[in-house]
Amino acid sequence: MYARNFAGPVSDRPIIRVQHVVKTFGKLTAVNDVSFDVRAGKIFAFLGPNGAGKTTTIKMLTTLLRPTSGSLELDGLDPTTHQTEVRKRFGVVFQDPSLDSELTAWENMDIHGVLYHVPRQIRRERSETLLKMFELWERRADLVKTFSGGMKRRLEITRGLLHTPKVLFLDEPTLGLDPQSRNQMWTLVRNLNKAEGVTVFLTTHYMDEADRVADRIAVIDHGRIVATGSSAELKQQTGTDSLEAAFLKLTGTTIRDESATAADQMRQVSRVWRR
Amino acid sequence: MSVIYVLWLREVKKYLRSRVQIVASLGSPLMYLGVLGFGLGPVFQRAGEGKYLQFMAPGVIGMTVLFTAMFSVIAMLWDRQFGFLKETLVAPVPRLLIMIGRTLGGATVAVLQGALIFAVTLIAGFRPANLLAVPLAFLVIALIAVIFSALATAIGSSIKEMQGFQMVMNFLVMPLFFLSGAIYPLEGLPRILGALTRVDPLTYGVDGVRGLLTGRTHFGVALDVAVLLGVGVLFVLFGAWRFSKIEA
Repeated sequence: MYARNFAGPVSDRPIIRVQHVVKTFGKLTAVNDVSFDVRAGKIFAFLGPNGAGKTTTIKMLTTLLRPTSGSLELDGLDPTTHQTEVRKRFGVVFQDPSLDSELTAWENMDIHGVLYHVPRQIRRERSETLLKMFELWERRADLVKTFSGGMKRRLEITRGLLHTPKVLFLDEPTLGLDPQSRNQMWTLVRNLNKAEGVTVFLTTHYMDEADRVADRIAVIDHGRIVATGSSAELKQQTGTDSLEAAFLKLTGTTIRDESATAADQMRQVSRVWRR
Repeated sequence: MSVIYVLWLREVKKYLRSRVQIVASLGSPLMYLGVLGFGLGPVFQRAGEGKYLQFMAPGVIGMTVLFTAMFSVIAMLWDRQFGFLKETLVAPVPRLLIMIGRTLGGATVAVLQGALIFAVTLIAGFRPANLLAVPLAFLVIALIAVIFSALATAIGSSIKEMQGFQMVMNFLVMPLFFLSGAIYPLEGLPRILGALTRVDPLTYGVDGVRGLLTGRTHFGVALDVAVLLGVGVLFVLFGAWRFSKIEA
């Protein structure tokens, strides 16, 4: 049954709680004893270099992976034991696109609405509201394959919000977009966070974006949390004057060829493990 | 039910919009009908087996349904590659419903493609012995479609790269077709070949369609349908089990 998720006002209540979570793939430890809380109604940035464990953490929170040990909570529910209930409570924009490009924007929205049990009338009203908000209403009847990268990303966010989730996960949503599209997207996300009180959990490699929109930031490196705080607190902790400088001080300046290889290895191990 | 319906509708819409795919998929059946049908026709007739086109048209329809249904593997790999699969996997619905919607969608596309080839065989000169049996033949075609669409779901859940599909085509789909008796009679085969044809589900599908459309059957339509129903249940269960194991 569909029930509107009322995000409610901003509070000190943690809507996401991650405690001592470890995730291993064979001999590789992708996430190593990670703990953090995200308060309801806030925008939380989860930053880290390639292969640091950001996407693995999101996959665990969104029920796609089980942690090896430790505990997770989303809105008071354990994603490993209450998968269906947890899935109703979040929307997600994955790192890779997940739209059906052979369908129209409206059809993509409609399928999502049915999958999340949103009644037809509400589905239509909310689709219209969101598509207008994200400036896609005029293109609703066009096939997604005719959209630009920015439009596709906006549509994914629009779709992720259709079932009125309490938490919206955005995994590198602005990757590959031009500055205008990135600027527009974050303005919309910020507005939405204020208007609907939806908690936003985001990852990005653009530090200026995190600096601009995030209320709180956690930095992860080699599977471990190395710092948490507001942007100002991280700058203060590291004695730097920009979030990018703070990030580099926390995670080092070495190019992560090693991490990329580790990520590849992880995928490979994961493939074998799935068989 | 609405979950199954939207995922079924998605497959059908995509098929109907893809005119290039529809035209391209006519290539192989037309080649078999044209080259084998007319090329081997005189030899077949001299052997006292009657008109080859009458014999092989149900086989070509079966082949079309097999190939189209198995191409659902590509649709699934595509969805995995381009992310739509993930969208369905994080939805708060049982995976069984998602699997059934996808499988029925793939099966419907295969039946539509089979109907198109049936029309082509009629133009080429094929004549069903009994027009009233045509709807029954399409029920058998639908069974073939569900069986191989479910198998495609199971395979698509297990392989992750496009190269894997080439293996499936070469070592599964082509043998299924060539062993099915689609292009040669099952009578008088060498023992090993005969045994292999009997473990191929498509053999019973082609035999059932041929029996209903031309009156010529090797096993009898009742046995064909019974085997297809049994294999169908097994393959759907197998597909559902494999689909439940997917991790994004």
